[in-house]
Amino acid sequence: MVRFENVGLRYGLGPEILRDLSFLIPAHSFQFLTGPSGAGKTSLLRLLFLSLRPTRGLVNLFGQDVSLLSKDQVADLRKRIGIVLQDFRLLDHMTTYENVALPFRVMGREESSYRREVIDLLKWVGLGERMDALPPILSGGEKQRAAIARAVISRPQLLLADEPTGSVDPTLGRRLLRLFIELNRSGTAVVIATHDITLMDQYEARRLVLHQGRLHIYE
Amino acid sequence: MSRFEDEHGPLVDLGNERPQVPAQARILSPIVPRASISGRALVAVVAIMTFLASITTGTVLLVSASAAEWQSEVASEITAQVRPQTGRDLERDAAATAEAMRTQPGIVQVKPFTKDESARLLEPWLGSGLSIDQLPVPRVIVARVQPGTTLDLASLRSRVTQVAPSASVDDHRAWIERMRSMTGATVFAGLGILVLVIMATIISVSFATRGAMAANRPIVEVLHFVGAGDSFIANRFLRHFLRLGLEGGLIGGGVAMLAFGFSESMAGWFSGTPVGDQFAALLGTFSLPPSGYLVLALQALLIAAITAWASRRTLFATLDDID
Repeated sequence: MVRFENVGLRYGLGPEILRDLSFLIPAHSFQFLTGPSGAGKTSLLRLLFLSLRPTRGLVNLFGQDVSLLSKDQVADLRKRIGIVLQDFRLLDHMTTYENVALPFRVMGREESSYRREVIDLLKWVGLGERMDALPPILSGGEKQRAAIARAVISRPQLLLADEPTGSVDPTLGRRLLRLFIELNRSGTAVVIATHDITLMDQYEARRLVLHQGRLHIYE
Repeated sequence: MSRFEDEHGPLVDLGNERPQVPAQARILSPIVPRASISGRALVAVVAIMTFLASITTGTVLLVSASAAEWQSEVASEITAQVRPQTGRDLERDAAATAEAMRTQPGIVQVKPFTKDESARLLEPWLGSGLSIDQLPVPRVIVARVQPGTTLDLASLRSRVTQVAPSASVDDHRAWIERMRSMTGATVFAGLGILVLVIMATIISVSFATRGAMAANRPIVEVLHFVGAGDSFIANRFLRHFLRLGLEGGLIGGGVAMLAFGFSESMAGWFSGTPVGDQFAALLGTFSLPPSGYLVLALQALLIAAITAWASRRTLFATLDDID
């Protein structure tokens, strides 16, 4: 599903922050991406999400060399990827329900065709009572859950999550992990970037450890 | 049945917690909120530009129509002038000239101005109570040419000078040429103003679009995250700008049409007064024909379309930058 070969990344003329990354993310796989702060976890997630292009090396996503993709092809590939960012990126003028349903609107689906799925998922992540609330009045944890719900609602083939349990209590963290595991069982490859050892200890999975720009894989 | 249940069963199992799904469709917020685009200023700019463009076009149409009217009137007339000459009888020369003109093929009507009529023509400059006998005033003979015929002017001139050596014939060609060049210059100036107005509109709209995109950059980024293509994003903005352009075009074009309608009424109120008559002589009845109003309406639509086009162009350029 994802293949990196000798990938390097630098910002501008600065030092290379990711060096010689070569790895595979198979379909239906589950992995944690971890490493100290500043190791380049977010940059690697952005490479996987096609919002950054590598300065060298080959990135192959869903069988396509990303350096050859047009803007429209990138947009089409992104429909197959869900992403949860640390700063949530919810749209403040839309309700929680509308934010979560946004991927379906972009796909051009009728509201009646996805209403039940969105409401079920909001209830599952504990936002059933906050469906009509606007993000500015949500707590940090609620925003995070809404962002996760938006990323998983369209059942992406690849889910990328950057510190998805950073703003929630341990109980809800476990519940969200169960959601990711459930999603993985239904066929989605999951990459969770986290510092949270407790979270990683709850589920036996492959670990990708970034250290000083290089990647070490523990199967 | 939902896609989740179709392919994999439900993503989440709520058991007895399953909520009641409302039967009615929700009214969804627009992806790009209308309030986030500072539309009032843009509507004002487009309205002012449309108004200026409409006034320019309307004035060009009025001047062109009046000039065409003057030209057709003047082109269907020729004037002979018989100057007094020592040793010749002015009245007899004028009568002979009128007769020579009357027998010229292509001339349908000849009207010699009498002494009194000539005096009346000079009255605005020389005052009333004038005895024309004391002045060497030439006699004027106006002839109407049959429309569609080409008058043999050389032959007419030769016959007229044979019977009255001091007579000259003028077909107003030089004046018509001046009129034509003046009309051409007016139309050219009007087109120049229109081009400037359209350029100013495009620049204003581009700035407004950039401003709107900058203000809504977080929305654009999120839409990119969820896999929206540039066309999808641009269309969310474009519908706002098209509406703003139409609003501005409607206001500017509508006010200009009212102004022309009002000026027509004003011309009607002042008709018969010296000022009204001067304006009527210069610009006809000051009334824009229905086709003129149609042109103004189409122009307002064109400016709205230009607004949408300029916005779309800027949107795609800005989306390239954001990505």
